[in-house]
Amino acid sequence: MKPGKHAGGKAGSKEKHWKLRLYVAGHTSKSLAAIANLQIFCDEYLSGDYQIEVVDLLKHPQLAAGDQILAIPTLVRKLPTPVKKIIGDLSKTERVLVGLDLRQEEQTV
Amino acid sequence: MSSAKSKGKTGLGIEKCPTGIRGLDEIMLGGLPKGRPTLVAGSAGSGKTVLAMEFLARGAAEFHENGVYMAFEETGQELIENTASFGFNLPELCARKKILLDHVHVDRSEIEESGAYSLEGLFVRLENAIKTVNAKRVVLDTIETLFSGFSNESILRAELARLFRWLKTAGVTAVITGESGDGLLTRHGLEEYVADCVIVLDHRVAEQTSIRRLRVMKYRGSLHGTNEYAFLIGKKGISVLPITSLHLDHEASKARISTGIPRLDTMLDGKGFYRGSSVLLSGGAGTGKSSISANFVRAACERGERALYFASEQSPSEIIRNMNSIGIDLARWAAKGLLRFHAARPTLVGLEQHLVLLHEVITEFAPAVVVIDPITNFGAAGNAMEVKSMLTRIIDFLKERQITGFFTSLTAANSNPEESEVCISSQIDTWLLLRNLESNGERNRALYVLKSRGMAHSNQIREFVLTSRGVELLDVYIGSGGVLTGTARAAQEAQEQASVLAEKQELERKRAELSRRRVELKERIEALHWDFRSEEEKILTCMRQIEERERQVARHRLDMAHLRRADAANANGHRTRNVRA
Repeated sequence: MKPGKHAGGKAGSKEKHWKLRLYVAGHTSKSLAAIANLQIFCDEYLSGDYQIEVVDLLKHPQLAAGDQILAIPTLVRKLPTPVKKIIGDLSKTERVLVGLDLRQEEQTV
Repeated sequence: MSSAKSKGKTGLGIEKCPTGIRGLDEIMLGGLPKGRPTLVAGSAGSGKTVLAMEFLARGAAEFHENGVYMAFEETGQELIENTASFGFNLPELCARKKILLDHVHVDRSEIEESGAYSLEGLFVRLENAIKTVNAKRVVLDTIETLFSGFSNESILRAELARLFRWLKTAGVTAVITGESGDGLLTRHGLEEYVADCVIVLDHRVAEQTSIRRLRVMKYRGSLHGTNEYAFLIGKKGISVLPITSLHLDHEASKARISTGIPRLDTMLDGKGFYRGSSVLLSGGAGTGKSSISANFVRAACERGERALYFASEQSPSEIIRNMNSIGIDLARWAAKGLLRFHAARPTLVGLEQHLVLLHEVITEFAPAVVVIDPITNFGAAGNAMEVKSMLTRIIDFLKERQITGFFTSLTAANSNPEESEVCISSQIDTWLLLRNLESNGERNRALYVLKSRGMAHSNQIREFVLTSRGVELLDVYIGSGGVLTGTARAAQEAQEQASVLAEKQELERKRAELSRRRVELKERIEALHWDFRSEEEKILTCMRQIEERERQVARHRLDMAHLRRADAANANGHRTRNVRA
């Protein structure tokens, strides 16, 4: 929401357009948790210029092959490139930051 | 485990899904467990992918069971290219929607983990693929690559177990390949427990020869061959050996075929070998093994049968040239397509490879007789045990197809062939032995039948000679110095001829004497007759004279009486007077 929130992030997210896709399979607890966690994360770390698409593989199983989805839930960063994948319910914010290149690995270790 | 009742087939065990892979179905008594997951474990390069792909391709092509191949390592295109040499024709099967190749890209570096997850995506994807082609068979290749993409061990273990359960529920016959870890069958040590059937592949090198082996380690609900079986990846995919040796139930033929040597046929009950039997011909160097083989081959071709000559010492053209020298024209039959040569050095490839080559050639050419000349050369490619098992398999295979097997065996100069061939002698139906007989400064060849099952065979030793018309058997003379062969035999023959002649002359002489005696006897009888007649004449004349004289005396007395006027009483008075006087 606010630009100043991404304190540790080197990469400027202001000028970036974020396109995220979250793959889930039905309304399981993990799926619901992932959707909720993602919403919180985006609000906190992304500057509002983001787009979230939730894909339910139970409804569109053929879409699993496109992004090489194995684990559920999987968050795919379509933009900015390169494509990044984060699996899990996104409960560990640190790993999400690393996964989205918002924070360097070294800082978290 | 749980599906013994649900799968039906009461009492017959579980239902099987044939792989179509040669030999594997025999070992597994029908195939993989139908509708259950099978783990194929092995190290890198052990043939897991080929086995899995063949299972799928044959299922689609031969058993009308479509399949899904989920590859975690190779892309679809790579798979098509890599398996093209086996003739599976994947592109066509894919185009006809019989097989779906699905490459799943797993890259650890692209994935960040944050919190709990499941592999539902994989399941969804698999299910979708199965539905797309209505698959009955599924391959996951290899499970290790899939799991290398994720780091949470506990999730992985749970998901792995769930995957196997899921596959069972889906009712597909699945092959999951797994990489063997350090001393472990699989990296996670879990797959072998959750799978219903485990096949272990192994690729090792022994004495510079690579050997592939396969073992069915576990098979829930079914009997299976438990040994390590050699297998080969050949031109047509995988061949597991032995192909037939689980059974010993081939039909025994009563038909007989000629050996190609008339007098050898006579030695074998007058009819030759049994069709489909195995014949061993052993002898030292230069005893004529190849020549007798060639005779046998020629006889088969003359009957219009196909013959396969597996040569491991001479090239086909050498054999043809050499056999021409004894009047056997093999080139003619080769040109007609009735005779095929297969020449290869035993050490060129491993024993199993030879066996598979033989299998392939025999299956394709369908000969009535097969000659292996010599089998002893295989000793160079393996140890005695391996050679024995290979020959057992060859013999089994030939017998099952009613092919007469003719094997030659080279025995060491001073060894006893009956000992040196212990390894296969019990499997041989007819055993011919060739001997070199050395005497009188020459070496001659002799042949005898050591055994021949199921027929009254000759126990005689015969000398055989190589003539310009092929092999001929001759009688052997038993003389004071033992068996006579070669020039000694010729001398004996001459001697016998001479004595026969002498006897003939003697007979003639006796016959002449007899007729002479007969003539003589006749003459003597004639002479006696003459003697007798003249004697008889004399006696008769004499008798007549006496009778005449008596008559004259009587007449004279009557005349006297008349003169004296005697009456009848006179006669008495005459007598009385005589008494008085």
